[in-house]
Amino acid sequence: MANATINGRSVEFEPGKTILQVARAADIYIPVLCEHPALEIAGACRVCLVEVEKNPKLLTACSTPIMDGMVIETNTEKVRAARKAVIELLLIRHPLECFSCSSNGKCELQAIAYDLGIEKSPFWEEGDTCVEHKLDDSNPFYIRDLNKCILCGRCIRVCDKLSQYHAIDFQQRGIHTAVQPPVGRKLEESDCTFCGQCVAVCPVGALYEKPSVGKGRPWEVETTKTICTYCGVGCELLVEVNKRTGKIANVTSDHTNMNSVNKGRTCVKGRFSWEFVNHPDRLKTPLIKENGEFRKATWDEALDKVAEGLKRNMGKTGFFSSARCTNEENYLMQRFAREVMGTNNIDHCAHL
Amino acid sequence: MTNNFDSIQSADTIMVIGSNTTEAHPVIGMMIKEQVRKGAKLIVCDPRTIELHELATVKINQRSGSDVALLNGMMNVILAENLHNPKFIEERVEKFEELKATVEKYTPEYVEGITGVPADTIREAARTYAAGPNSALFYTMGITQHTTGTNNVRSCCNLALLCGMMGRPGTGVNPLRGQNNVQGACDMGALPATLPGYLKVGLPAAAEKIEKLWGCKIPEEGKVGLSVVTMMKAAGNGELKALYIMGENPMVTDPNTNHVAHALDTLDFLVVQDIFLTETAERADVVLPAACWPEKTGTYSNTIRAVQLSHKACDSPGEAREDWTIFVELAKRLGHNWDFKSSSEVFDDIARFVPAYAGMSHERLEKGYLQWPCPTPEHPGTPNLHAVQFSRPNGMATFSPCEWAAPHEWPDEEYPFIANTGRNLYHYHSGSMSRRGPSGRYVKGLYIEVNPADAAAMGICEGENVKVESRRGEVTGVARITESVPEKMVFVPFHFGEAPANMLTASVWDPTSETPPFKVSAVKVSKA
Repeated sequence: MANATINGRSVEFEPGKTILQVARAADIYIPVLCEHPALEIAGACRVCLVEVEKNPKLLTACSTPIMDGMVIETNTEKVRAARKAVIELLLIRHPLECFSCSSNGKCELQAIAYDLGIEKSPFWEEGDTCVEHKLDDSNPFYIRDLNKCILCGRCIRVCDKLSQYHAIDFQQRGIHTAVQPPVGRKLEESDCTFCGQCVAVCPVGALYEKPSVGKGRPWEVETTKTICTYCGVGCELLVEVNKRTGKIANVTSDHTNMNSVNKGRTCVKGRFSWEFVNHPDRLKTPLIKENGEFRKATWDEALDKVAEGLKRNMGKTGFFSSARCTNEENYLMQRFAREVMGTNNIDHCAHL
Repeated sequence: MTNNFDSIQSADTIMVIGSNTTEAHPVIGMMIKEQVRKGAKLIVCDPRTIELHELATVKINQRSGSDVALLNGMMNVILAENLHNPKFIEERVEKFEELKATVEKYTPEYVEGITGVPADTIREAARTYAAGPNSALFYTMGITQHTTGTNNVRSCCNLALLCGMMGRPGTGVNPLRGQNNVQGACDMGALPATLPGYLKVGLPAAAEKIEKLWGCKIPEEGKVGLSVVTMMKAAGNGELKALYIMGENPMVTDPNTNHVAHALDTLDFLVVQDIFLTETAERADVVLPAACWPEKTGTYSNTIRAVQLSHKACDSPGEAREDWTIFVELAKRLGHNWDFKSSSEVFDDIARFVPAYAGMSHERLEKGYLQWPCPTPEHPGTPNLHAVQFSRPNGMATFSPCEWAAPHEWPDEEYPFIANTGRNLYHYHSGSMSRRGPSGRYVKGLYIEVNPADAAAMGICEGENVKVESRRGEVTGVARITESVPEKMVFVPFHFGEAPANMLTASVWDPTSETPPFKVSAVKVSKA
């Protein structure tokens, strides 16, 4: 173990870590934008600048290895001034549309600006350097508002390293730089498979989920850990339910949870294909067929009818269980078939 | 899977056969691609050219239904060139002589004739797999959904055992489970031949256990029950009178849709418990509304045998109920006083019955998943199987040599094409969930993949309707012209109830697993 001092506090660490990693473990706040714990270090945004004794320049906490005996300050006047300048420059091209932005309340840029007391960029009036991008809502999964993009590159790195597609990258140069699929292609024509991991790591409102638009603000939702209902990988998904409406507002994943089987990775179905849960077609009452037509029934009526139909066919009944139901449900169905109905005629869709 | 996901990071060679991983198991596809980009070699064997072929060191497009021959051919090369692992075989595997005798005739040149794969490519695949040092094999329904499915799986195991690719990280025989709780439904004994924990129904131990824990006799004196496909057959000929279907849609997912419709309509009584009025539920006498994934707390067992607790996030609509509570109510009505108050109590009943789950509880799973076997509350779970011994009485594995046999149906003059059915990335099974949402808006209906040469010969252009017809029925979809299917093959995804791919498939099955042969149907193709 080695020792360093951050903001006057002594911290112990295993060599090989960065200043940011050690500070984070010690609950010392250093703002970041391009850095994400699941991704490679880029050192691009310069928001995490800190002062290190005997270093004439400020250093990026995300990419500077912490050394034994280092004395680090994370919140001095000099540091705050430098950070403020970085954020003010970013805000030149970032529309302050927080009212309507779906990231309002979870936007990392907004949080840092608030911390630094910035209202708007002082450079705003100095000539129009912004490139107007058209809102891209052409696919049904997520929306891209490149006007809000701060070019941190998290989406590019997550697509390359975790999704393994590298469907997007920085295109053009200078003030025209934008994150796009190559050679002017549309997203639908690119290698993108809409797994939505770029959306999960976007620090601002440049990327957001289409199915969740208008379904709830970050502070209105309660998050619950679930296991995806689709294939057998068993990805952990975080279901956000709007406490006011009781309905799903969004589904996300946690790229920092190294104890989940997917470690934040998802596919298009897990992340975006949840609308069926709230779909008006959902069955809401038991149904009994009479003269070829279904009518609504009470549970008591329906269960009596089922019990009667099963009793009548004791010894000639079969059961299809479901690989979409829980262990508990499968266990009870087969126990019901064997104990109550006295049959081994039970199977499920394993082969299909 | 014998191994876990982290094990992929230790693989030097990855062999993928009969698995379109990036579409059917996208997150595992990402893990495989990550390891290949770090330098692992990749062998991909699939009749279609799939995304993983792009990254493959050895690219194979075997003829549909020729897998046993291909794998035997690889083993023939490995034995001829002395690339096998004699120490592993000597210590851990029986019937080596039998295997040698069987694969002897499968020379690469002979196998080329069956599979259409050049002999030298078979040699390269064999050498690459055997070189390891750690080679992991992955397969899915492209291996199992054949009339020879069981022999296909056995051949995969033979290959892994021959090279000693078992019991270490980076190795293993890894079937990717297609649905989120296929593993669990099997573990729970939702199978006609086994009780929970794979206890065979015919064994005296099964009768004893069921009597002790449930207080009842073993059903039908331990006779194996009917499977999904044989129940449907028995329903069709009037031997089975009632069916209780929970969360399945056989009108879309089972073979030979016309026969399924006939079978369901012949029943005296059909009850369907589901979340939507599916094509199957429409034929029911009683429909019971069920809660779905985020509306209940319970466990799922995934493809790496990880038992995971999923929590309730929201209420279910209307009067829909959790499936397990419905069985408790019905058991009471039929004179069995079940007293489960929560799914956690049901799980405790599972832990009493299934030795591999005995060390688990909802409380423990709250802290994180556990991979079975986990026999005691102190046991950490088992990431990789078969490290020391195999689960046979003497701890040894055995080779199960297989001869190649042609599929149940082969193209002829009248039906000159093969239809292959499977999944599309954006959709899931019968589509009742994925079609109600953005995936449904993105891929709206049935498309049929046709090779450009075939399309040109028939005068079919991209986007035009194409009709596919088998001896059982026909479907029409929009042509997608692509070289990913070889000539004389069409690919038909099976998610679309209004144009079900299973109109084409045959209700025949593998004699051991009773899995239908969804990957091979002889068809004719024409412009619609």
